[in-house]
Amino acid sequence: MRPLDALAKVCGDVRPGEPADGVLGVEPSVVAAPKNVAEAADVMRVAAEQGLAVVPRGAETRLDWGTPPERCDLLVDTHRLDALIEHAEGDLVAKTEAGLPLERLAERLAERGQRLALDNPLPGSTVGGTIATGAAGALRTLYGTPRNLVIGLTIVRADGQVARSGGKVVKNVAGYDLGRLFSGSYGTLGLIVEATFRLHPLAPANAYVTCAVSGPEEAHDAVQSVLHSPVAPSAVEYINPGTVAVLLEGVPDGVDTRAHQTKELLGERTEISETAPEGWGQYPDGTTLIGISAPPPALRDLLSLLGPEAAATWSGSGHGHVGLPAGMPADEVAATLDRLRECLSRYRGNAVVRYAPQEVRDEIDVWGPVPALALMRRVKDQFDPDHRLSPGRFVGGM
Amino acid sequence: MEPRLAVLEARLAALLGSEGVITDPVRLRTYECDGLMNHRATPAIVVLPNDAEQVAAVVRECVAAGVPYVARGSGTGLSGGALPRADGVLIVTSRMRRILEIDIPGQRAVVEPGVINLDVTRAVRPYGYYFAPDPSSQQICSVGGNVAENSGGAHCLKYGFTAHHVLACEVVTPDGELAELSADAPGYDLLGVFVGAEGTIGITTKITVRLTRVPETVQTLLAAFDSIEAGGTAVSAIIGAGVVPAAIEMMDALSIEAAEAAVRCEYPPGAGSVLIVELDGPETEVAAQFAEARRLCEDAGAFEIRVAADDEERALIWKGRKSAFAAVGRISPAYIVQDGVIPRTALPQVLARIDALSAESGVRVANVFHAGDGNLHPLVLFDDAEEGAEARAEEVSGAILDLCIEHGGSITGEHGVGVDKSRYMTRMFTDTDLDTMQMVRCGFDPGNLCNPGKVFPTPRLCGEVPGVRKGPHPFEGKADLF
Repeated sequence: MRPLDALAKVCGDVRPGEPADGVLGVEPSVVAAPKNVAEAADVMRVAAEQGLAVVPRGAETRLDWGTPPERCDLLVDTHRLDALIEHAEGDLVAKTEAGLPLERLAERLAERGQRLALDNPLPGSTVGGTIATGAAGALRTLYGTPRNLVIGLTIVRADGQVARSGGKVVKNVAGYDLGRLFSGSYGTLGLIVEATFRLHPLAPANAYVTCAVSGPEEAHDAVQSVLHSPVAPSAVEYINPGTVAVLLEGVPDGVDTRAHQTKELLGERTEISETAPEGWGQYPDGTTLIGISAPPPALRDLLSLLGPEAAATWSGSGHGHVGLPAGMPADEVAATLDRLRECLSRYRGNAVVRYAPQEVRDEIDVWGPVPALALMRRVKDQFDPDHRLSPGRFVGGM
Repeated sequence: MEPRLAVLEARLAALLGSEGVITDPVRLRTYECDGLMNHRATPAIVVLPNDAEQVAAVVRECVAAGVPYVARGSGTGLSGGALPRADGVLIVTSRMRRILEIDIPGQRAVVEPGVINLDVTRAVRPYGYYFAPDPSSQQICSVGGNVAENSGGAHCLKYGFTAHHVLACEVVTPDGELAELSADAPGYDLLGVFVGAEGTIGITTKITVRLTRVPETVQTLLAAFDSIEAGGTAVSAIIGAGVVPAAIEMMDALSIEAAEAAVRCEYPPGAGSVLIVELDGPETEVAAQFAEARRLCEDAGAFEIRVAADDEERALIWKGRKSAFAAVGRISPAYIVQDGVIPRTALPQVLARIDALSAESGVRVANVFHAGDGNLHPLVLFDDAEEGAEARAEEVSGAILDLCIEHGGSITGEHGVGVDKSRYMTRMFTDTDLDTMQMVRCGFDPGNLCNPGKVFPTPRLCGEVPGVRKGPHPFEGKADLF
């Protein structure tokens, strides 16, 4: 039986792929959109029987991250898996299907004064895609990344079996935590179909304290002064060129006092506002986006290297993004990336290209050095012995 | 000693020197159990490596000899995770106690696995920092053990578990190779699964921990209620109001009685339950939330509220709670410490059911718990001199776990599965769930020599095709099947 027909028997929404469905230019033969977990499992089982290479897709906001798949026979689209399964308000826990967009989840949670503490810079992004790419922004300084907030995960394995780990309580050490393993795994270990999150209360008040700084030294000092102070920021963000912004959340009186304490720390060129400064929580402009990671003191060297013109952001916790402009020649991008990696490696940090035009991709190593790659391959071989799940999308050609 | 173990012993002595290898039966018995004392096995050989290279060399020798090995930190675990193998090697990290690096600007420190949890905090406290995970055993437990068990503690309600405070680990893989696992490096988050894998996929030899800024202020109150239900209501009200306490702890009348007998904590007499609520953070923030927490306790019917005026009074409030486990020894000859989790909103129903279980069976249960995150520590009391009493206590203890599962909770919140609870794993997870988790194990340790027999009730034969198993289990007769 043709894959399309075999899949149509188990899933109500199956069609041939089109150029617009391409994953970094690789067009799928078939697109299937299962409507529930059982259908998703059937789709994956048929894919296994037919030996199909499978790439999951949420809302396509980060489908251009990572490397292109070697092949894509079947694109599994999660947009119909969009239920908020449970919001256990009193337990500050929510369980959702993978295709639910983060802003829809946020609306529902906000009705009850709660939230999932993850930044959402790309409108439409789904729960599943956010987990699969391990995406996080400024709020990670206090709340962490998907790995910290996912407390339960349901996946469909390469063979079509449904497996769960974790649960719906925050404190739980029963069994291996596959939620953390699947965070940032780019669809190469299994299809994420449901996730349970730890939630946080929405703060009654917040304030952004924004300060202008000139040069790497001042930027570094400003960030350090806030990090080591007791004002307990939710986020400390540096936005190139020259802006340090601090997010404070809490009760109105507390936020007010802390905002003034922060202003005191940061000096004269500081303003307090209820709204975020420009660029806050956004990826920097450019057609090449590089994710960087290193301990907080690396900021000084990083900015010296990048210069005042570069589009870059940096969270106090030691993670940031650099955007390189469309016009930059591929060899120059490659050289910049090398210099970044050389600089960050002194801090045991790293730089990973998130997206880039094809001509740039041809000149660079998207991932950079990958420690423990051999172990990763062995784990991958267990989950996906035939290398059919997003083949080539991840490190080491996995 | 078996010939292959004798050969292995000689090779290990050549690697570590004779002072690094223990085979004297009397000294070996020191290591026969961890904090879970009803499971015991005397290891064939104990080694005390000095560094990562020695750990790696020991693992390579074990693999070459086909001998199982188990890592042990301070041995304070409560699920038998460090229970040795009588036919194997126990790798003890007590000589690896160096704090290698303190990087305050980077808010991190690098430590060896044998470093005591509280010593990390002691080392960085002068800079205004501390290591947040605070299991009750923090004065003696090791950071390596914390990593293996993903340890929590009273304050993980606000600050999270060990997994959230470990940035990277150097590990010795079950091949005897050194590998660096990092949360931020490209590739799979192997660190995320390593932390909490209970020592079954490798041994950590160097840990980069995140340091947390000491909060500006800490406020602690003790509220006494007539009943456990009233205390539970206060907990739900506090969390429901959006207050994020650093800790909320609860004790019932029986555990208060025990604590009183042991340490004279002088909790309000006649209390059906007491609640300890602690808030920390910036002063103005804490002041506002503390007032609210206090009001909510009053609304829930607290008949007495004490606020700690200083660190000394705070220590006094915590004294009763922290001594509760040991204190139960004053009111019962023996007891089982249980560790289950429920959604916090199910607290009243579950406690009523535990009461009913206790009444039906005649087995007394003292309740101590991290109420803020629904982590129950029922202490199931029995007289070990009485025939059948332990079995009845075990039965009640297991029934409490069933209650936790029935309410959507977990069989362990912080003590781990180890050997103690592997038999309960099938009540919480399907065979496919467990099989999937073990794919990770197979990736790391296809030979099944690294702390075998822990966590999973049935080992998975690595290399077999995923899916339905037919016929007898391939390990039948070759390994323990729980």
